[in-house]
Amino acid sequence: MCPAFPHVRRGTQRRVMQDQPELYETQVMDADEMRRAWTRIAHEILERNKGVENLAIVGILRKGAPLARRLAETITRIEGTAVPVGELDISLYRDDFRTYQPHVGTTQIPFDIEGKNLVLVDEVIYTGRTVRAALGGLVDLGRPSVTQLAVLIDRGHRELPIRPDFVGKNIPTSRNEHVTVYLSELDGDDRVVIGKKP
Amino acid sequence: MRRKDLLDLRSADADEIKYVLDTAASFREVLRRPVKKVPTLRGKSVATLFFEPSTRTRTSFEAAAKILSADTYSLAGSTSSAVKGESLKDTMLTLDAMGIDAFVIRHSFSGAAELASRYVPGKPVINAGDGTHEHPTQGLLDLLTIRDVKGTLEGLEVAIVGDIQHSRVARSNLWGLHKMGAKVRLVGPSTLMPADAASLPVKVYTNLSEGLAGADVVNVLRIQLERQDSAYFPSTREYARLFGVNAEKLKVCNDDVTVLHPGPMNRGIEISSALADSSVSMITEQVTNGVAVRMATLFWLMGAASTS
Repeated sequence: MCPAFPHVRRGTQRRVMQDQPELYETQVMDADEMRRAWTRIAHEILERNKGVENLAIVGILRKGAPLARRLAETITRIEGTAVPVGELDISLYRDDFRTYQPHVGTTQIPFDIEGKNLVLVDEVIYTGRTVRAALGGLVDLGRPSVTQLAVLIDRGHRELPIRPDFVGKNIPTSRNEHVTVYLSELDGDDRVVIGKKP
Repeated sequence: MRRKDLLDLRSADADEIKYVLDTAASFREVLRRPVKKVPTLRGKSVATLFFEPSTRTRTSFEAAAKILSADTYSLAGSTSSAVKGESLKDTMLTLDAMGIDAFVIRHSFSGAAELASRYVPGKPVINAGDGTHEHPTQGLLDLLTIRDVKGTLEGLEVAIVGDIQHSRVARSNLWGLHKMGAKVRLVGPSTLMPADAASLPVKVYTNLSEGLAGADVVNVLRIQLERQDSAYFPSTREYARLFGVNAEKLKVCNDDVTVLHPGPMNRGIEISSALADSSVSMITEQVTNGVAVRMATLFWLMGAASTS
C-alpha cells in the first residue's frame, strides 16, 4: 500500500536499504501493462484525429523518443500507413538553465511540422515545464494545426496550465517520490517504478 | 565540470573537451534550421574585445551568441578607449560595471585573457587568441572537425605543419589532441619550432615528408607573411617549396588523409589552391563547426552555477 494514497495498490514494495525502511521502490507497471496502455493510446489518437492523414508524432528526448517510435509503429500496423516520427531536444528551451546544466541532445524531425496534427510524446508529465519547453521548441520549427500530448504516466503536481490529451496511467504521487520509466531501447527492459530515494 | 573561464586547452580535461564537442555537435542542428534562434541565453550579454584584427573569429563568436539569443557588444582595439591609453584592467572593470555577463578577448599579448579574467570574478572570460599562447575554441573546432570525419580522436596521427613557434592554434591543437588520445607531430623548419618543443607531448619533424608519413590528419598553419623579413625563413618561395602542402606531398600520408587549415589561407604558399578546394580539405566544415563550438562554449560557461 502507498503510504500517502492507501487506496492505490502498488504491488510489492521493495526496500531500497534495509536500515532505512522509509526508502522504498515499487513497480507500478510491467512490460505487458505498458504495451497495452500504449496500444490503447494508439487507438485513441487515431479515433481523435480520424485516421493517420496529416498525423505526425514527435518524442521529447530522451525517453519520449522511443515511446514516439513505438506509437508510430503501432499506428502504422493498425492503419497500414506509415506515420512520420521525430524527436525533439528541449534543453535549449528550459526555464531552469540558470540552475541546471543539461546534456544537449539533437532535434531530428525529418518532416515539416507546418499544418500537421502533431502528437507530442513524453514518458511522464509532472510539473508541465518540460512540455512548456517543448511547445516553445516547436514554435521555432513551424506551426502545427493541432498539437496534442500523449504521456505514459501522469503523476500530478502541475505548475503550469498544461493537460495531456492521452494518458497511459494516472499515478498519484507525493512530490518527494520519483517515478522512473525504464524502456527496453535505453534500459534493457520495460517497467515503471515509483519510489523514494535518499 | 564547472569552470569560470576557457583560457587554454592545456588545463582542460578529456571530460570537459568531450562535453563541448558533444554539445557543439547537437548545436549544428540549430544552424541548419530556417529560424536560427533559440532562447537559451536570452537576457544575457556578451562583449567581444578584439585588440587584434580578426574577422572570422569575432563574427563566429557573435553569431554563436546571437543564435543563443544573447546580446552582443563588440569592442575593437582601434576604436575603444585603449587608444586613449585605458588599461585592460579599467576596460574590464567598466564593462563589468555595465552588467556584461561574459567576455571574449583577443589580444596580442600572451596571458592577456587570464589577466583580464582576474578583474571580473564570477564572470566567464573566453580566450579568443592571446599572443603566441593559445586559441582554445580554434583547437576545439579542429577537434570536432577531425572527430566528425574519423569517428574518433583516439590513436590518430595528426601532423601540425608550419610556423609552430608563433602559433596559438598549434598549441591549443596539440593540448586538445593530446588530452583526447591522438598522437601529435609538429612539422616545420627548425627556426619556427618552439624552444620548449622537447618538453611537449609531441614528436618534432623538420622534414615535411618524414613528418607526413602515415599521418591521418594534416593541420596546415598560416605562414605569417609579416614575419618573412624576420629571417625565420629565407623566402616565401623556399618555404612553399620545402613546407608548402599539396596533393603530391600528401601521398606519403594515409589514404584517407584529412586536411585542415585555420584560415586565413595564403593559397600557393603553405597550402596549394587545388588542395584547399579538394574533397580532403575540411576548411569550410571548420568554419561551420567554429560557430557550433563557440555556442557550446558560451552555453557551458554561462549556464548554471558558473555565475553564482
